[in-house]
Amino acid sequence: MSENLIVPTMAEMLAQGKQPEVLFWVGCAGSFDDRAKKITKAFVQILNRSNVSFAVLGTEESCTGDPAKRAGNEFLFQMQAMMNIEVLNAYEAKKIVTACPHCFNTLKNEYPELGGKYEVIHHTEFLKSLLDDGRLTIEGGQFKGKRITFHDPCYLGRANNVYEAPRELILKLDAELVEMKRSKANGLCCGAGGAQMFKDAEAGNKEINIERTEDALETKPEIIAAGCPFCNTMMTDGIKNKEKEGDVKVMDIAELIANAQDL
Amino acid sequence: MSYLDNILFAILLIFGFGYFYGSVKKIRRNINLGTAVNRYDNPKARWANMAMIALGQSRMIKRPIAGLLHVIVYLGFIIINIELLEIIIDGLFGTHRIFAFLGTTYDVLIASFEILAALVLIAVFAFWSRRNVIKLKRFVSSDLKGWPKNDGNYILYFEVVLMTLFLLMNASDLHLQNVPGGFSHYIKAGFFPVSQFIEPIFNGLSNELVMVLYEVFWWLHIAGILIFMNYLYFSKHLHILLAFPNTYFADLHPQGQFDNLESVTKEVKLMMDPSADPFAAAPVDENAAPAKFGASDVQDLNWVQLLNAYTCTECGRCTSVCPANITGKKLSPRKIMMDTRDRLEEVGKNIDVNKGIFVPDNKSLLNDYITPEELWACTSCNACVEECPVNISPLSIIMDMRRYLVMEQSAAPMPVNAMMSNIENNGAPWQYNQQDRLNWKNEN
Repeated sequence: MSENLIVPTMAEMLAQGKQPEVLFWVGCAGSFDDRAKKITKAFVQILNRSNVSFAVLGTEESCTGDPAKRAGNEFLFQMQAMMNIEVLNAYEAKKIVTACPHCFNTLKNEYPELGGKYEVIHHTEFLKSLLDDGRLTIEGGQFKGKRITFHDPCYLGRANNVYEAPRELILKLDAELVEMKRSKANGLCCGAGGAQMFKDAEAGNKEINIERTEDALETKPEIIAAGCPFCNTMMTDGIKNKEKEGDVKVMDIAELIANAQDL
Repeated sequence: MSYLDNILFAILLIFGFGYFYGSVKKIRRNINLGTAVNRYDNPKARWANMAMIALGQSRMIKRPIAGLLHVIVYLGFIIINIELLEIIIDGLFGTHRIFAFLGTTYDVLIASFEILAALVLIAVFAFWSRRNVIKLKRFVSSDLKGWPKNDGNYILYFEVVLMTLFLLMNASDLHLQNVPGGFSHYIKAGFFPVSQFIEPIFNGLSNELVMVLYEVFWWLHIAGILIFMNYLYFSKHLHILLAFPNTYFADLHPQGQFDNLESVTKEVKLMMDPSADPFAAAPVDENAAPAKFGASDVQDLNWVQLLNAYTCTECGRCTSVCPANITGKKLSPRKIMMDTRDRLEEVGKNIDVNKGIFVPDNKSLLNDYITPEELWACTSCNACVEECPVNISPLSIIMDMRRYLVMEQSAAPMPVNAMMSNIENNGAPWQYNQQDRLNWKNEN
């Protein structure tokens, strides 16, 4: 990292009497997982470069409750939701961006009924709007002509019908976007959703992430693009299992954009 | 003509529809065993959804071969049933081809019925081959062992018999229409693009014999239709009727949005209310059912989920796209729906024999039909929901049953319990301190 990241918190903003344009919901993976932290930083670099006024909750952020809800623990989910909503509403948050489709889905769809009504967007949609508004410019750079396939996260794609924003960003890199046989609404899960990330799989004859990695490898990609920290982990593990880590990289869309800009 | 025929026909009709009415009542009663859920909002979007998905078959055609074949049989079903109206009027009033006065319109109608009937026969043959010769994976999976497999074939045989009788009926009629100088009441009416090729088989038979054959075909055809209608309740084939209400009452929220349990919201709000008196007696609510979180049996599911179960026609598209099933796990979304229906039928029969009251039978949907192993294999990816051609959600049942396992039985797998206690203790699914959430900012 060549530059220092500027990451204001909502508390600091409030102290200065300011309200950021957008609240960046980092999420648990983005905060703690070593691989996902890189995605977080890449996204912040782009935000800094594009002079986006944003802030994070920092230590006031807590799990959205998504994995608890999908595991069936509605109590824990709603406890988390109510606590987070209290914090978000106290800061009068209006617009939230997140790099995790699970946080995105939960904040966007399940919080409103519990009193948390915000405009919630996924970071790929946000990056696309920065491009459209001319606040961010990218040239293909090192990704020009590279074969990139995009793995649709279930909670971004099927769950919320966001298919185009990440693809348009890849095309902006002058890369060759190649689709897997199962993509968009027919995309195959990476195997992490529904709290599977935190447990062993039931007995079967294959791991789901291996099945999905094979889909991706069939397209002979140089890069597998992801839009979810959990998908990223699953696909990275799949690539390692196939001993392809020398040939194929798994990268988040935010990392692609940040690297293209050579930030 | 004596009135015996007409009376016999009326009795057949009354018996056929009467028995069917009984089945419909049973289905309604069973579906209403489910809990309440409001799906009467937003009628405009609901009609639109039904028009697209049930009437328009928009999801069927996502798989082009099966989709095209299905559209043929579906159109055949809808359009040929117009003919049923004429058959019923003719039967009740002893008329013959009462709509013949429509002239050219009648010719067009009969011709399209015939062409569709022939296409249906071809499509049904293709369907049969897919099940019995090509043996597509989703039709030979373990979900379909026994009755479901036979049921699938019986429905196809029914359709072959009905379409054949329809064409034979027309062919014998045409034969009598062609008798030089006319024969009895067999007036010239209709255009028969298909049965004209069958008609020659009656050559050499006496006109009287052909007339008897016509009567036999006519009666068997209408009797067959009534039998088939009554077979629906005992088969997977109810979707031809229930696809319409099922798509109308479907969950129209984004697929990622799972419902927030209201009963939990109340408790959580109370817990988080600093002014609540922790020692106060719980407020008495006359209407409150004993609190149970999640679902362990069919009565805990909502009525739309039970409607889903009756609507499922066991096509298996859900299971064929399920990541857990593809990789050899026990979970099959189709089986979730079949189990739910089987258990609901069992509960319904229990109520029937016990004079309207369900007598506990020491069984439940959970464990006796659906095992926790199946439930825990789900990734909640929504592939099954996306794939279902009639808006069934196996996922919502899986989630409600997980809720029961976790909130009523504390029976989550160990690592899931660890994840949940981490969230409870430090606000993340892993054991990291919440105070370290912003550390990434200064790490290299």
